Amino acid sequence: MARALIKVSPNPRRGEIIEIKTLISHEMETGFRHSNTGAAIPRDIITTFVATYNGEEIFSAQLFPAIAANPFLTFYTIAKDSGTLEFRWTGDNGYAVSEQVKIAVE
Amino acid sequence: MGETGKHGTGQASARTRRELLWVAGTVALGGVLPRLAVHPAAATPASMKSAIAAVIGEATLNAGRVKLEIPPLVENGNTVACAVAVESPMTASDYVKAIHVFNEKNPQPNVISVKLGPRAGRAAIATRIRLSDTQTVTAIAEMSDGSFWSHSVEVVITLGACLEDPL
Repeated sequence: MARALIKVSPNPRRGEIIEIKTLISHEMETGFRHSNTGAAIPRDIITTFVATYNGEEIFSAQLFPAIAANPFLTFYTIAKDSGTLEFRWTGDNGYAVSEQVKIAVE
Repeated sequence: MGETGKHGTGQASARTRRELLWVAGTVALGGVLPRLAVHPAAATPASMKSAIAAVIGEATLNAGRVKLEIPPLVENGNTVACAVAVESPMTASDYVKAIHVFNEKNPQPNVISVKLGPRAGRAAIATRIRLSDTQTVTAIAEMSDGSFWSHSVEVVITLGACLEDPL
């Protein structure tokens, strides 16, 4: 069960640069490891992260196996209008999770 | 005559043993090679260079404007805090288009590639990465005017991100 944590100021001032912190629980199996029996463990990672602000893309990231388990990302955006921030994580084996946060710009 | 015969058989058996050892050695080596082939070749400084070249193309890489913050000494390579900040006004005409992070010795040279725009307000990211060995990590920023800026940091890892054993 994927669990995502988003931390963002809920009431920023208009024009303020806000920090967005995201964390999602995911093993990020690299595909370079082997089990006790010597069998290769197949890769299972989150490959793409996209953040949209009222439907407009503000940030995207391509992740590689070198990202630690439970990918954590901090980035910034300018608070323009009240609305919804949506975050989407997609990855191997059809992994797709999205999370929304509402912000009210003063 | 009898002795010669004995000697002859002794030689023959020695040769057989040598051949047997040679065959055994070849088989053993043959057994090892495919196992080595299973492990992907670790990224080398050369593969990091080619990964960087794939991103920047013919452009020159300038030093400065980028600040890669990563601890110089890390105990556990499985989680290394890594932050990149780029000096940029982040206006519609002058902003950071992308930030890339590369490493030298992990199995793959890429770590993360992010796309930004003037909407970001501040060109800075933070994440947590894996590092398999003591190595140099490089952050590259792509500006809206097409220039590339970089900063490299040498990181000492005492316990690398383990590639073999399951957690």
